[in-house]
Amino acid sequence: MVLEQLIAITEKEKKARKEICIRCCMAAGCMSSRGAEIKESIEKAVSEKGLQNRIEVRRVGCMGSCGQGPMVGIEPAGLLYQHVTPENAASIVEGLSGGSAEAELGDPKHPFFSRQKLIVCANSGRIDPERIEDSIEAGGYLTLQHVVSELQPSQVIDAVLKSGLRGRGGAGYPTGLKWGTVAKSPGTRKFVVCNGDEGDPGAFMDRSVLESDPHRVLEGMAIAGYAVGADQAFIYVRAEYPLAVSRLQTAIRQAKHHGLLGNGIFESTFNFNVELRIGAGAFVCGEETALMASIEGRRGQPHPRPPFPAESGLWGFPTLINNVETYANIVPIVKKGPDWFASLGTEKSKGTKVFSLTGKVRNNGLIEVPIGITIREIVEDLGGGAPDGAKVKAVQTGGPSGGCIPVEHFDTPVDYESLVGLGSIMGSGGMVVMDEHTNMVDVARFYMQFCMEESCGKCIPCRAGTVQMYELLTKIVERRGTRNDLEQLEELCDLVKHTSLCGLGQTAPNPVLSTLRYFRNEYLELLNKEVQESGSSGVQEQKT
Amino acid sequence: MAKTLTINGQHVSAEDDQTLLEAALDAGIKIPTLCRLEGLSEVGACRLCLVEIAGSAKLQPACVTKVVEGMEVQTDTERLRKYRLMILELLFAERNHICAVCVANGHCELQTLAQQHGMSHVRFSYLYPQADVDASHDRFVIDHNRCILCTRCVRVCDEIEGAHTWDVMGRGTNSRVITDLNEPWGDSQTCTSCGKCVQVCPTGALFEKGKSVAEMAKRREFLPYLTLMRQQPR
Repeated sequence: MVLEQLIAITEKEKKARKEICIRCCMAAGCMSSRGAEIKESIEKAVSEKGLQNRIEVRRVGCMGSCGQGPMVGIEPAGLLYQHVTPENAASIVEGLSGGSAEAELGDPKHPFFSRQKLIVCANSGRIDPERIEDSIEAGGYLTLQHVVSELQPSQVIDAVLKSGLRGRGGAGYPTGLKWGTVAKSPGTRKFVVCNGDEGDPGAFMDRSVLESDPHRVLEGMAIAGYAVGADQAFIYVRAEYPLAVSRLQTAIRQAKHHGLLGNGIFESTFNFNVELRIGAGAFVCGEETALMASIEGRRGQPHPRPPFPAESGLWGFPTLINNVETYANIVPIVKKGPDWFASLGTEKSKGTKVFSLTGKVRNNGLIEVPIGITIREIVEDLGGGAPDGAKVKAVQTGGPSGGCIPVEHFDTPVDYESLVGLGSIMGSGGMVVMDEHTNMVDVARFYMQFCMEESCGKCIPCRAGTVQMYELLTKIVERRGTRNDLEQLEELCDLVKHTSLCGLGQTAPNPVLSTLRYFRNEYLELLNKEVQESGSSGVQEQKT
Repeated sequence: MAKTLTINGQHVSAEDDQTLLEAALDAGIKIPTLCRLEGLSEVGACRLCLVEIAGSAKLQPACVTKVVEGMEVQTDTERLRKYRLMILELLFAERNHICAVCVANGHCELQTLAQQHGMSHVRFSYLYPQADVDASHDRFVIDHNRCILCTRCVRVCDEIEGAHTWDVMGRGTNSRVITDLNEPWGDSQTCTSCGKCVQVCPTGALFEKGKSVAEMAKRREFLPYLTLMRQQPR
């Protein structure tokens, strides 16, 4: 592949475009609501009416408003149909040829869409994720060509560093710094790893990105490989994402076929091979050291850091591990320049962040917003508040490692530092909205159950501590708890947080700590008054 | 180049690539450990050897933390003692540890540590899990009721004996050490019946058949011997 061929494909694709494009969402959410049948029935209607020359029916990725799905979009008219069924899908074609469409019209000007800033998801819902030509037409692999043929690796790292991009997996480590460390670590080989083991309850950002625009991630990884000097990469995706896995496989095959991955990319000396690794369902494998153990074929368990993967990762070689969304940000940064990227967001957190907005909120789905937007804007303007007139009470960010942010703090800008200040974390992007009917102790118990079941069992505080915390929370939820139980729960939170081996354990108490911080009264109301008043301690004292 | 650091206010010298734990031991400062055994690889799993290091917000496991020039370390603060006691209590509550009827009574590292940390009772509720005993092997028994998942057996079998009969299956508190692919120990094709796992086990989880209460003293002399003999000549 050379630049001319890339341009030729783009030209050919542009020529093949038709007057009208019907975009049918075929990401996992809409697919499970019969998205494939909808596309078929639209295609059938188009051919029945003999409109094949005017209308193109395109499979696309996620359009964002998953709660209103299945979605169908019409270009260039800018129409958006929601809750489409295979039965009324044909009427959409009717609507285009003078008749009336029965399908429900959505509002593309709603703040849910208009307040978003699309960088990572720019192609999502627009291009066919299973055709590399679509991706190339949208500018795909041009940046890789530019990087490989015109930039030095250090220039790429400088650009990423200057952009202020921070790891989108949750911890927010400066990406450029990580790349620099891997590039400078001595090693005869180096590896690039993409962490797609998204496991937080209520989070589906990485899945959507992989299902909607896999080539963007591959291109970002290849640029990373060029920058740090790696020739081999692994994408680790969980087996629960079969569509993402199959689209990635297709994308890798197509990119290899076109010489965009493999050896001698763009006729340079740069080699870059990508392999897929499928997780077996353990949440802890999203932790980087456990993920690497799993890639190597060992039991997915974390090991103490240092050594960090940047010095000693896969098979002891320096390894760069970034999240899916981080890699998806690379192409725009290199293409439009670090200054453009750094102009978005807040002082310390740049760019945009993709969130999956779920729970007790009217418009749920996938959103990409500039960092620094307030929680209130996300929940009330984009999300439209809680359904059925209920009042929103809190938002849980960061999954089982994060915390609940109460409505009093909704004017806080969303960035890495301020969320930590509130006792939560940015996390990978899950945002679960809770309304006044939600019992926060029960929420804490749910997350604790998750952590207990997903603990790998290696270190004692996490393995045995989460079980005890879960038992105490159950006791409190069932109104059997006492003040002593609450005290013991807090002691255990302190222990597990400060003594666990990996991030999973260290952050497992966060949902409890944050609900205790903001909703302590809900815990106190559930305590068993009788036991307290009779003076019994309620603590089991057992001799060994 | 040697390094100098301070442990509990005492100046200590250490070799370049030593861990904090090794440096402390050389200086006669004892830090409690449970998963560690000299001669096996470090896993940093039991968290008993966590220490406070000036300038570091996080507690660090002494067994895997390398010494740094000028480091100021505290190994025995009130906070650390509290955490250690809680970790031990969590272990006692997790499985069914009944010292009075245990073959390793009086020879058990878990029991000794509990005594050293002044554990008079367990404040957490006992989980009383249903745990099996596998006595299918001719000479040895594994009693999962007493296993603390330190993985010493897994490591000695893999690293010293080279058989890798033992491994861990399951997640969280449901983890179990297993032989081969979770087959009865007696049916194992890989087990060489060397008994190393039994000797390194810190509790009475692994023991020799025919031993009664308090009779299972462990003999670990082989480990430093083998480690020494297998070292590359310098």
